[in-house]
Amino acid sequence: MSPTKTKKTIAAVTVRFAGDSGDGMQLTGDQFTDTTAVMGNDFSTLPEFPAEIRAPAGTLPGVSSFQVQFSDAVIFTPGDIADVLVAMNPAALKVSLKHVRKGGLIIVNSSSFTQNDLGKAAWATNPLEDKTLVDFQVLQVPLSELTANALQGHPLKGSEVDRCKNFFALGMMFWLYDRSFDHTVDWIRRKFVKRPEIVEANVAVLKAGYNYADITEVLQTRYEVKKSKLEPGTYRKITGNEAAAIGFITAAQLAGKTLFYGSYPITPASGILQDLAKAKNFGVKTFQAEDEIAAVGSAIGAAFGGEIGLTGTSGPGLCLKSEAMNLAVMTELPVIVINVQRSGPSTGMPTKMEQTDLLQVLFGRNGESPIAVVAPKTPSDCFDMAVEAVRLALTHMTPVVFLSDGYLANSAEPWRLPEIDKLPKIAVTHPSSWNGPFTPYARDAKTLARPWAKPGTPGLEHRIGGLGKAEITGAVSYDPDNHEKMIYLRAEKVARIADDIPEIAVRGPASGALLVLGWGSTYGSIHAALTALAEAGKIASQAHLNYLNPFPRNLGSVLRQFKTVLIPELNTGQLIMLLRHHFPNVKFKGYNRVTGVPFQVAELTEKIGGML
Amino acid sequence: MNPLSPTDPRPKFTKNDFVSGAEVRWCPGCGDYSILGAMQQTLAKLDVPRENYVFVSGIGCSSRFPYYMNNYGFHTIHGRAPTIATGLRCVNPDLSIWVITGDGDGLSIGGNHIIHAMRRNLNFNIMLVNNQIYGLTKGQYSPTSPTGKMTKSSPYGSIDHPINPLCLAIASEATFIARTLDGDPRHMSMIFERAMKHKGVSFIEVYQNCIIFNDKTFQPVTGRDTREDRMVFLEHGKPLLFGKNKSKTVRLNGLFPEVVDYDPTNTRSLLIHDEADPRPHHAYLLTQMTYPDFPVPFGVFRSVEKPTYDELMNGQIADVIAKKGRGNLKDLIYGPDTWEVK
Repeated sequence: MSPTKTKKTIAAVTVRFAGDSGDGMQLTGDQFTDTTAVMGNDFSTLPEFPAEIRAPAGTLPGVSSFQVQFSDAVIFTPGDIADVLVAMNPAALKVSLKHVRKGGLIIVNSSSFTQNDLGKAAWATNPLEDKTLVDFQVLQVPLSELTANALQGHPLKGSEVDRCKNFFALGMMFWLYDRSFDHTVDWIRRKFVKRPEIVEANVAVLKAGYNYADITEVLQTRYEVKKSKLEPGTYRKITGNEAAAIGFITAAQLAGKTLFYGSYPITPASGILQDLAKAKNFGVKTFQAEDEIAAVGSAIGAAFGGEIGLTGTSGPGLCLKSEAMNLAVMTELPVIVINVQRSGPSTGMPTKMEQTDLLQVLFGRNGESPIAVVAPKTPSDCFDMAVEAVRLALTHMTPVVFLSDGYLANSAEPWRLPEIDKLPKIAVTHPSSWNGPFTPYARDAKTLARPWAKPGTPGLEHRIGGLGKAEITGAVSYDPDNHEKMIYLRAEKVARIADDIPEIAVRGPASGALLVLGWGSTYGSIHAALTALAEAGKIASQAHLNYLNPFPRNLGSVLRQFKTVLIPELNTGQLIMLLRHHFPNVKFKGYNRVTGVPFQVAELTEKIGGML
Repeated sequence: MNPLSPTDPRPKFTKNDFVSGAEVRWCPGCGDYSILGAMQQTLAKLDVPRENYVFVSGIGCSSRFPYYMNNYGFHTIHGRAPTIATGLRCVNPDLSIWVITGDGDGLSIGGNHIIHAMRRNLNFNIMLVNNQIYGLTKGQYSPTSPTGKMTKSSPYGSIDHPINPLCLAIASEATFIARTLDGDPRHMSMIFERAMKHKGVSFIEVYQNCIIFNDKTFQPVTGRDTREDRMVFLEHGKPLLFGKNKSKTVRLNGLFPEVVDYDPTNTRSLLIHDEADPRPHHAYLLTQMTYPDFPVPFGVFRSVEKPTYDELMNGQIADVIAKKGRGNLKDLIYGPDTWEVK
């Protein structure tokens, strides 16, 4: 470090990288995060990208960004607002300005602030020259020129040279936060092993960026974020979709079964299909179906065949799967349906998230159609809940929905890795013979699960289907009393899952004025808001639902210990509607936003604080 | 198909072994009875134990089929039987799987799945029971009903152009394609057996008479008085002979077939049936031969070999395991990059 410069220690920083879809912002953010992880910070990321693959270069719809918060403490969100913005062009600056705190640092690629690019981003005047940025510290860096200078003599083409400029910006950020660039250098060497000239160029640019930040007089201070006090253990970085894929593979091994995944590509669920398609050496069978219906149909076929039938989609695809999901309800087959929720209705905003499919997964089918629903609360929790979804489906012979969302799918955090040997096996039995004629709708006395007889087993030949079923024999039945009885039996079977799931725990006092109850991906924002309030001496309790159908057994008794229960949801009030029905004597209040992005910690802090 | 093991003590099968005992509820006189009987007869002839057969159907009259077979069966939802059969086939290569569908189930609501099951060459048999009408919903026109057909939902005649099931099968490059009819149990049985022995997807169209809503619709072709002149039974490697005393045949005039008198001394340009031709042209041409201009072909249109979907799927898995070794859960969970917190 240059001798004139100083170093300051800070607790947490939020950095946002923004640029054109082709500028490599997701990669830059990922690399910065990977090094952050190795440095021992806790972190949480929020990638945001347009649904268009390559919107016209330099335009507002083409902006792709990546936000990461890292900290010396345990954190749960990617940060409300950035302390530092790296903006690769005028469009990125325009889209991202509202995400930077007043007084924050903005590093702009001044090479891109030409008349042409300003016009594409609809800036009437150049924001670097007018008063737009007076509230911020601005560092203008001609990234394109500096990158070209750094690569003089390298054998790359002009367009290839300019594509390296994200590494210049990354190098600067490594200097600013006092991190080593070694991890990224290793990654570049691995990634471009067959293109040594690309390796040399990117490494050169990365180092040039680092040195530039060290030399430039504008940056006088660099910052240090000390190691976080995470629980001891081995960690890796993980996104929700990655964790889900690994979780389902793990569950299949724990059950000693083949994992079959039938799916049709859809944002933001496709990552799971891609990850599972790679896992051929685990015997995973992936089937890219012709449509959403074929995808769920194939999963039902695999479950009928006695293996793990899994399908995955997002909201619009779930609509198409409804009829087949009901077939799984009627035939009582253990099919698992992943729904990575995105903004709706209809095509909506494919790359944006919300929690608006809860009532759909519970009730969006004809007839009385009970389905178990689990919802992960953090990216790494997708692993645990994937295993849970399989365990519940196989144990209780029922379809289970795994309700994730677009934020969990793509957001990354450190995952404390489980001890693999300690994961409990999932017990599965297939009958091999039967006392008397086989009765496919006989039930286990405890769980009410029906027997799972595999085709190919001699003596257990039977027929199932979507028509009404007679109790025990499973024969087609139009008998009115039988029909009603079967409706209640199927409902009771799902209700009894409550005996097989953990009770809900309360963080903070077990009784009091206010409980904040959430579900799914809002866990992190609620946790952070309550932590901030507690530091200010304002205490409220937190509980979070991983199981949405059935609810944990003790939910009612927990809720009744509080004067008011606040339900923050990223929808117009779906969980609260259910809770008001189940617990009419509890006083619920909703806090609802449906903007396509996660809750800001600040808005929750303000809302909850106002109630204390 | 997984044959009965030589040590299996069970006696040879009879037709009754494949009768489930559920009360058959088709209309009296329905063509489905003879199709069901022919299937049960056929299975009795083979030495595959009955637990290894699975009948998967969609919705419609013919889709009740699995309930009447004493095997594993799955009566699914409208049009989706091929998707369920696909998942089942992918996880179990040993079963003998039949998809039973109809002209509405298979070509209208489930048309997409039929196409994709065929082009993937999934190793199962698809029987499409074609009666050119919607029976279970009581008499609306179907995608195979001829233009002008007057039904409850087309009181002034259907304005839809019908789909040709076998033509769709050719376009989807199904590896086994055949046509048979409910009135000829022996022919049905021969076709069913050949379909089961075929490795890969088999697509069979069965002309079936709906006695209630579309009675005698195939009569002009298959009727006792007319069949000799209007039906032709395909035989591999032979000319297409039909008519009284097999006196007529079909020859090619350029790209187009024409009916001529059969002269065994002059076979130049005669259409010689070649079911094994890997190119689709010949079979396609046969699918276009329709009443009243041509005799309607019955039998095996096409039977060619291609790797099946489940072979390819399992082969890819075996290759990856051979190359990378069997997956280790710890490696998967730990991923490429970990760090320790002490």
